[in-house]
Amino acid sequence: MLKGRAHKFGDGISTDHIIPGRYAHLRSNLPELAKHVLEDADPAFVSKVRPGDFIVGGSNFGLGSSREHAPLVIKMAGVSAILAKSVARIFFRNAINLGLPVLICDTTKIDDGDELEVDLAAGTVRDKTNGSLLTFGKIPEVMLRILNEGGLIAYIQKHGDIRV
Amino acid sequence: MIVGKTLAEKILSEKSGTDARAGDIVIAKVDLSFVQDTTGPLTVRQFQSSGIGRLARPERTVIFIDHAAPSPASSLSNDHILLRDFSRRSGCILSEAGDGVCHQIVPEAYARPGDVIVGADSHTVTAGGLGAFATGMGSSDVAVAFGLGKTWFRVPETFKIEVNGEFQKGVYAKDLILHLIGKIGADGATYKSLEFHGGAIKKMNMSGRLTIANMAVEAGAKVGLFPSDGTTRQFLVEVGRGNDYRPLDADPDATYEKTIRINASKLEPTVSRPHTVDNTALARELKGTKVQQVVIGTCTNGRLEDLAIAATILSGKRPAPGVRLIVAPASRTVLLEALEMGFIKTFIESGGIILPPGCGPCLGLHQGALGDGEACISTANRNFEGRMGNPKSFIYLGSPATAAASALTGEITDPREVM
Repeated sequence: MLKGRAHKFGDGISTDHIIPGRYAHLRSNLPELAKHVLEDADPAFVSKVRPGDFIVGGSNFGLGSSREHAPLVIKMAGVSAILAKSVARIFFRNAINLGLPVLICDTTKIDDGDELEVDLAAGTVRDKTNGSLLTFGKIPEVMLRILNEGGLIAYIQKHGDIRV
Repeated sequence: MIVGKTLAEKILSEKSGTDARAGDIVIAKVDLSFVQDTTGPLTVRQFQSSGIGRLARPERTVIFIDHAAPSPASSLSNDHILLRDFSRRSGCILSEAGDGVCHQIVPEAYARPGDVIVGADSHTVTAGGLGAFATGMGSSDVAVAFGLGKTWFRVPETFKIEVNGEFQKGVYAKDLILHLIGKIGADGATYKSLEFHGGAIKKMNMSGRLTIANMAVEAGAKVGLFPSDGTTRQFLVEVGRGNDYRPLDADPDATYEKTIRINASKLEPTVSRPHTVDNTALARELKGTKVQQVVIGTCTNGRLEDLAIAATILSGKRPAPGVRLIVAPASRTVLLEALEMGFIKTFIESGGIILPPGCGPCLGLHQGALGDGEACISTANRNFEGRMGNPKSFIYLGSPATAAASALTGEITDPREVM
């Protein structure tokens, strides 16, 4: 069971919002890079986020670049999962490959600051602040296996190959 | 009855050795895998920690130094050292600073119709212009493709984009793709394959096809695919790879999730407004919108044909006062050809700044970053908030003709006004 507070964002949060290209010179210095996570969407996010918290997005979360640094700095901020109405394809794969769950559900009723409980096995999100219970879409089997090993590289270290 | 296949299903069937159908998960052989200098260092680290040890096919593995080329900062120079060292030790191919953008060099030198290509860059889709199933992935996925020579795919459903009619004067492939993205939205084709057909596509040159495929990802698509035909053959012959040609098309009875029909005759010069690509308007509707910078180039529109269009409009003229004109050819080959054709001289005489072949100002990493409140019209593919180095600036996207016309007037201009 994952527990934490919601940090609510709107539709179309791009990888440039999450970690802009102007910080590309910090990509081999991850602790410095991570200080700028989501800076162009909410400059205060980095000071507000606590380990275990959730990012709650709208539609097409993570659109844009293939930069894996985007989910990486979100994970480094301690975020335990991303909830969104829909998510861009490359970002989705990248997050799972880093062991960061991305859960597709109707996030309309979740407000900023709500206390959430996510049950990955049951596929549910309980909003303890407003009392609602949401269900999220199944993560495809191949991605679930990667997620359960803690990410793609950990999966390859263990199995030496990919199978579907 | 056996139902026919889309281009995506055909290529993934061949490369997975299965009867691949939309929705299936398959393991497919990867014919080319590559990274660029902002995603490469993480790919190298992930590859090294994966324990795989060796590249599956060093001769089909490429590292491009194009995003920060030449490097504007010591930390990026150190990333370049890491990439050069990896190339030397692993035996993979290195494309150096100044050679050009990966998405231009891949079609020029590597991509073949029917290939599966993965690159750690979202605009890897560009090679779909010559019938390759080319898609962007992150560093971990490409690291594994480097080592295993294969990866997993969900076979995408396909939208058939049927384009008929004739492009009118001043209207180009860029206007078509901006129109399509405006119509279906920035997530209108998420996870899908966009497959382009119709009379106007058959007549389109490879430069236009690559522009359209390049922006498939801006509608969320996994790939943007064109049939491989006589135009593909001619392009491959011109780049010295005639033997890489093979004809490839979807089956006539393939199953499409939907068909979108576009009449090219009715298209007009189209522009994406800040801060999303699907926020489109006609260029003529934006008359009066001032710009301080004009960028012609990038992987979307930095080819010889694009520079020719811009040079024709700019020839013998100067940009409006207060407008910076920046030209970044997509590759060394394009730059050399543009020199021979006199386009570079035209740009310089028109007050333009020529940047080295590479990504140019597109991603805000160096050269051409915008100031607070400034607006730019660019031939690139993305106009997200903060993209060109400053979240307080505004980016408009259009064709090389629209960008060149806007440079002359200092405001967004329908190119038909100056042609």
